[in-house]
Amino acid sequence: MKILIKGGRIIDPANKLDAQHDLFIDKGLIAAIGQAPDGFSADQVIDASGQIVIPGLIDLQARLREPGQEHKGTIESETRAAASGGITTLCCPPDTIPIIDTPAVAKLILERAKQTNRVHVLPIGALTTGLKGEHLSEMHTLHEAGCIAFSNSDAPISNTLVLRRAMEYAASHGLTLFMHANDKWLAQGGVAHEGPVGLRLGLAGIPESAETVEVARILALVEQTGARVHFGQLSTGRAVEMLQRARQRGLPVSADVAVHQLHLTEMDLLDYNSYCHVLPPLRSQRDRDALRSGLKDGTIIAICSDHQPHDVDAKQAPFADTEAGISAVETLLPLTLRLVDDGLLELSEAIAKLSHGPAKILGLNAGHLGLDGRADVCIFDPDTHWSLQEDNMQSQGKNSPFLAWDFKGQVTHTLRAGRLSYQKPESGR
Amino acid sequence: MKRHNIQLNEAGELHHFLDVEGLKRELLVNILDAAESFTSVKAQQVKKVPLLRGKAIVNLFFEPSTRTRNTFELAAKRLSADTLNVNISTSATSKGETLLDMLNNLEAMHCDMFVVRHAQSGAAHFIAQHVAPHISVINAGDGSHAHPTQAMLDMFTIRRHKGAFADLKVAIVGDILHSRVARSQIHALTTLGVTEVRVIGPKTLIPDDTASLGVHIYHDIWEGLRDVDVVIMLRLQKERMSGALLPSEHEYFKLYGLSPEKLAIAKPDAIVMHPGPINRGVEISSEVADGPQSVILEQVSNGIAVRMAVMSILMGQTFGKEKGASE
Repeated sequence: MKILIKGGRIIDPANKLDAQHDLFIDKGLIAAIGQAPDGFSADQVIDASGQIVIPGLIDLQARLREPGQEHKGTIESETRAAASGGITTLCCPPDTIPIIDTPAVAKLILERAKQTNRVHVLPIGALTTGLKGEHLSEMHTLHEAGCIAFSNSDAPISNTLVLRRAMEYAASHGLTLFMHANDKWLAQGGVAHEGPVGLRLGLAGIPESAETVEVARILALVEQTGARVHFGQLSTGRAVEMLQRARQRGLPVSADVAVHQLHLTEMDLLDYNSYCHVLPPLRSQRDRDALRSGLKDGTIIAICSDHQPHDVDAKQAPFADTEAGISAVETLLPLTLRLVDDGLLELSEAIAKLSHGPAKILGLNAGHLGLDGRADVCIFDPDTHWSLQEDNMQSQGKNSPFLAWDFKGQVTHTLRAGRLSYQKPESGR
Repeated sequence: MKRHNIQLNEAGELHHFLDVEGLKRELLVNILDAAESFTSVKAQQVKKVPLLRGKAIVNLFFEPSTRTRNTFELAAKRLSADTLNVNISTSATSKGETLLDMLNNLEAMHCDMFVVRHAQSGAAHFIAQHVAPHISVINAGDGSHAHPTQAMLDMFTIRRHKGAFADLKVAIVGDILHSRVARSQIHALTTLGVTEVRVIGPKTLIPDDTASLGVHIYHDIWEGLRDVDVVIMLRLQKERMSGALLPSEHEYFKLYGLSPEKLAIAKPDAIVMHPGPINRGVEISSEVADGPQSVILEQVSNGIAVRMAVMSILMGQTFGKEKGASE
């Protein structure tokens, strides 16, 4: 299948490219940019004039809910939603039911993803068996089965010796750890940022220290073990500072941020909006600003969706009784583009946080449009105004605090390995 | 950022009573004035007035309560309303029937008002957001968030003893962190224009952020009680001892329990209040609780008048200058 993407503005941060060119795809790979290769005759032409052509997005954390919670989402429904949001690769955390601590579960997910054939799904393996924080999982075997990295998800590893051993073992085999910094005891029972708003609302607090204490513990062990650690979904300005210092000292650490943390704050909880119930919690405006600066200065290398689709009942209760998380794959790109409109990032910087940045963390040859690279491509119309509505959401979960928000920029096509995985209905082009 | 206050109808009148925060002073004063007019009912031979005849009021208690539920029920009966008590252990809703299912069922019985107590903060807001528009919701305590009728009966008691609010110094002693009563009292006191609201207790019970509510924080009760006009003691929940919040009841009483010696630091005519039920020898000594400065039992009887006032206002009764309240 030969595809010509014609006349679009190609932005490829990894190759420092930002220009209007034709893009030629053959056998699932990028065959040429600019001049057609000899004898190229397109089977399909996508008119991208007036549109922006970028590497397909790579999402470091998206829960697909399968296996185990198909009433919230399935690999079919959630990869469809992800593709409609321009995503071509995503990592799913190990807290499925059953947990991804055996090759069988990893293979099941990979098999289902292959059948649905819309997004490259990369399972993250459990760092400890059953995520219990007691016994190391068979990381090497899981890696061979397709696990891209290892994480204990939101479950704590209270025993610091186990954590040290897990890091040493991962380091021996060059495996990357995805850590969620949350001290179980400091966060116990909490549902909102510990601060004036949570106090006013009477919601039990999760202090900033729940994140910083755990970041400090992990950083000390990185220093000792040399393990390569990626911090997922940082929420506090102080943790960003700690990461910045650690990186300056040359520690092999990186971080991402969930896109909602760049737009919402604790103030959004004031009417007990359960769609704003997330973990780590929405924090202060100062934290939000620090996360934005960390993104700008490169301390934070990627933006992820932290997608967590829910059934309706999961959000229909008093705040603390609701489940945490946002259905977010469809707003990852538009919310990131807002950072450009806000003047925080250049367009190519913003795109790098969704492509080249996460690819580096995963050690993937992806997230760019270089010659002979896999043709994972997202095309979006930067001028389309649209608003998120329950009935235009593809995800099975409609739980988004961004419903009714107005966005500028909408995905028109997504190609995964040179094959259309999404095309906007009646895109009128 | 201006948000629609869910408690008010389009005319700016109270439709639900969920939280003192965000209500104008005139609305609070109106409740106090209305309660004043009901205190005479008690004295009558016939205790009932027919203001809410034909209305059905449901007491929806997801948390055990004796005093609050009783006073709400008495208040409703003295207004001639029909009352229904529904006690639901929280486990009942988790066994399948959701909170919304239950509300739908009760609505189908044509009720006019829900009085709600729930262990989760924001529960009354959640219910108010989901009930049919003609139903009013009164928050009878939600988690650590608010207990507005308790706060109003406390304000009523203070006004009866002290007259005006403006020049008062009021101290609240104890577990502010977990107290819905304290939050509502603080909002009521600051809205009514009290000069100085102090909160007294250790940092484990009074986080630094409490200052953002417009109060002064004291960790030393001997300083905090100096020259105050009103001392409000909060109930110390026994379960606070099992966590690491406090070392022991003994040490708590020594440091923060209201004894005659500590009370002597306050103004000589200071009144002592407590939302009840009291823990004698934990947060307050019997001498003080039963002493001449204590108005604790008065609070209970004032509770009925204040709840009658709130119920009547929500059901559209007008008292005095209520129309000016939305200005």
